[in-house]
Amino acid sequence: MPENKNEKQFSRRDFLKTTGVATGGIIGGSLLGGLIGFNLDDDKSGSGQGGDSSGSNGDNQADTLPIEDARTYISRQDDFKNLAAAADIIYPEDDNGPGATELGVPYFIDRQMYGHYGHNATDYRQGPFEPMKSDTHGRQERITRGEMMIIGLRKLSDVSQEEHDKKFHELEEDQMIDILKKFESGDVETPGMRSEAFFGLLRDLVIEGVYSDPAYGGNRNMEGWKMIGYPGPRMGWENDIASEDFLELEPESLRDYQGGGVTYG
Amino acid sequence: MAKKLDKVDVVVVGTGWAGGVVSAEMAKAGKKVVTLERGENANREDYIGVKDELRFDNRFEIMQNLKGDTVTSRNELDETALPVRTMKDFQLGVDVGGASVHWAGSTYRYWPYDFEIRSMTEERYGKDKIPEEMSIQDWGITYDELEPYYEKWEKTAGIGGEQDPLAPERKMEWPNPPMEETPPLKLFKDAAKELGLHPFQMASGNMSANYENPDGEKLNKCMYCSFCTRAGCDFSAKSDPLATVIPTALKHDNFELRTSSLARRVIYDKDSKKAEGILYTDLVTGEEYEQPSDVVVLAAFAISNNRLLMLSDIGEQYDPETRKGVIGRNFNGQYNSAFVGARGFFDDKKFNLYMGAGALGACLNDYQADNFDHSDLDFIGGGCIELRQYGFGAIASGQNVKDDTPSWGKEFKEESLKYAYSMLHVWYSATALSYYHNYTDLDPTYKDEFGDPLLRVTYKFGDNERNIAKFGVEKCHEILDAMGADHIEDDEVPDEFNHQYEGGHYTGGVIMGESSETSAVNNYLQMWDVDNLFVVGGSAFPQFGGHHPTPTIGALAYRASEGILKYLDDGGGQLVKEKKAAKA
Repeated sequence: MPENKNEKQFSRRDFLKTTGVATGGIIGGSLLGGLIGFNLDDDKSGSGQGGDSSGSNGDNQADTLPIEDARTYISRQDDFKNLAAAADIIYPEDDNGPGATELGVPYFIDRQMYGHYGHNATDYRQGPFEPMKSDTHGRQERITRGEMMIIGLRKLSDVSQEEHDKKFHELEEDQMIDILKKFESGDVETPGMRSEAFFGLLRDLVIEGVYSDPAYGGNRNMEGWKMIGYPGPRMGWENDIASEDFLELEPESLRDYQGGGVTYG
Repeated sequence: MAKKLDKVDVVVVGTGWAGGVVSAEMAKAGKKVVTLERGENANREDYIGVKDELRFDNRFEIMQNLKGDTVTSRNELDETALPVRTMKDFQLGVDVGGASVHWAGSTYRYWPYDFEIRSMTEERYGKDKIPEEMSIQDWGITYDELEPYYEKWEKTAGIGGEQDPLAPERKMEWPNPPMEETPPLKLFKDAAKELGLHPFQMASGNMSANYENPDGEKLNKCMYCSFCTRAGCDFSAKSDPLATVIPTALKHDNFELRTSSLARRVIYDKDSKKAEGILYTDLVTGEEYEQPSDVVVLAAFAISNNRLLMLSDIGEQYDPETRKGVIGRNFNGQYNSAFVGARGFFDDKKFNLYMGAGALGACLNDYQADNFDHSDLDFIGGGCIELRQYGFGAIASGQNVKDDTPSWGKEFKEESLKYAYSMLHVWYSATALSYYHNYTDLDPTYKDEFGDPLLRVTYKFGDNERNIAKFGVEKCHEILDAMGADHIEDDEVPDEFNHQYEGGHYTGGVIMGESSETSAVNNYLQMWDVDNLFVVGGSAFPQFGGHHPTPTIGALAYRASEGILKYLDDGGGQLVKEKKAAKA
């Protein structure tokens, strides 16, 4: 799996990915300063693409990113970096297209955890809670999904510190994969929950962030839909439903479908 | 203290097909009727412009919020049941129209065999064919007796279909033609014919043509927009109560719909054995009301019908040790042993699977009911083999990987993108039979938001469920093979019920039958014990048939409506004389 690691160029995607995650909490300073040192003249990007290359100056870097890219649930920078790193392992960039972070998935997850889903607002929440008692009764934890996310993201670093003396997001890809597999198989002891429950939550949220409507903060620029060939919501397919050929269309979003904007009165 | 309201003729709990049909029929007959719905006063406008997979398919926007109440669940009598806490694991329809708003629309009548399963099985194979622990029983009504009510419901709903070559010949044509045949459906049918089977186009509650039903309600031709199952229709193109029976009822001044109104008790007088009305809570204000009535109709989900009777202390609670009592008996549903089959992956074919409709499908009934010889088989009953083209969103389409592909990482991404539109799932909608050990009662520990006990489900599979699922997987595999799938993955046959109440098909607990010793209601769904209490819906099924339950619920609702009117207009009393010597 870890092929070509040494040959890997630092791409524009990596740059966006890194800044997208980093700028949330660190102002100007050392981290952005460090990024300026990266060589951005990757063949894939070309100058001017996305309209952001002109801003390759430390103080303006954050301005080139979507203004919505801010954390409102996950407070600690390191938790968010672990989230982004894990999300990119779960749904990596490849020849088909972008990975989770470039698609905005960490911000999608931050917003999901902030909202009713992260707070289990539609769940039955009365005790007694017995999360370890049954393998088949679904979610039984006392904690909310949001709390589980934070605990799990920190536990990722606990395990990586123990094994490699580094934070999770600082690890090599193979090392991250190994740790995620431990969570997936339930091998990490975590009070109040099963580690596989955290992994399942994380895995499903990543896929949802890749493929849900851009309105939720992921699937940025509908790149997830472009990769998979999903056209987005439409009035109907009456004229094409019996077609023998696969119909490939430029996707349209929920905003397009609803018309966008508000007029009233 | 509950506020007492003016008495009406009929109070109905629930607005799905069961409560909706009863409401419309009572309103049309001029009865003063109040219908209570715990959910919101949703209408078509709530479903316009919201075609959003995450919200409806993954966050279950229009399902019942479980914050207030849910069920607890266990397999064995000596286990402590745990609550089912999330909507992912338990999908109950709510809001006006109930579960019928999000139903897919696949329409089948049950088979003559289903209604007389014990008699006909014993007759053909002998008494020993039915295991001792199996509590299946005849319904107390035959297919021929129920057929006129099926016809009524199919006309109201405007179902489109074609004659199933193996089913009893229909006396009435389907009201509309079948839906379009798409390439994957044609592939399925051609392969099935090659195998000597009898495929046909699934009958559909998604409209194949513009239609006006006998009540004057107009439905539009379906546009195949794909947002059907788990979503409400934005175009009145799916036959649901919002497009049919609810507006029909609302045309009458003698009908009143009260939403956000949660029925908490049947007000019951033990001495006179009469239901006197419904106690309900307004979920917006928290105020309690008593709605007195001459007739009470419980037409909610099986879950709620069971629980309301238990909370109201009506009828004798079923006891699995003594096998006595009727309330909670034969609780059932289509869970993880139903809808297993096989998935076919095609390396060089890509289908337009993001287009579709809930009941756009092809199917066959060669392995249905007693259509095939069970002499040498280790199960009884059957199911329907189906291929659906629901119209899948990107999240769902992005998960189509073979069993040996990881569920995340590089290989997952590569493979899931490759097969997003090249995987077809053929499944067997196997029957689920009833057992003496499966039942409901009130949970000793977990409570709802008002402090009332939750319903506790005790449910485990019999060998029949495992064996029939295994059989179904083999048959689905054969069909996918004939369809030319490059890789076929068999679904896992479950060992045991896994407490996932997905799919929304819950039945039993207040079952119909021929005797008050083994059933709670007669074949008008009138309680044996309480003449003015009718319990309508899936709760009346003594066991599942090998199909989805909706049309049979619709038919039984018309049957019950006829009974309620008889009761009101002909001086009350029991409408059916029971057969005393119940079959074992």
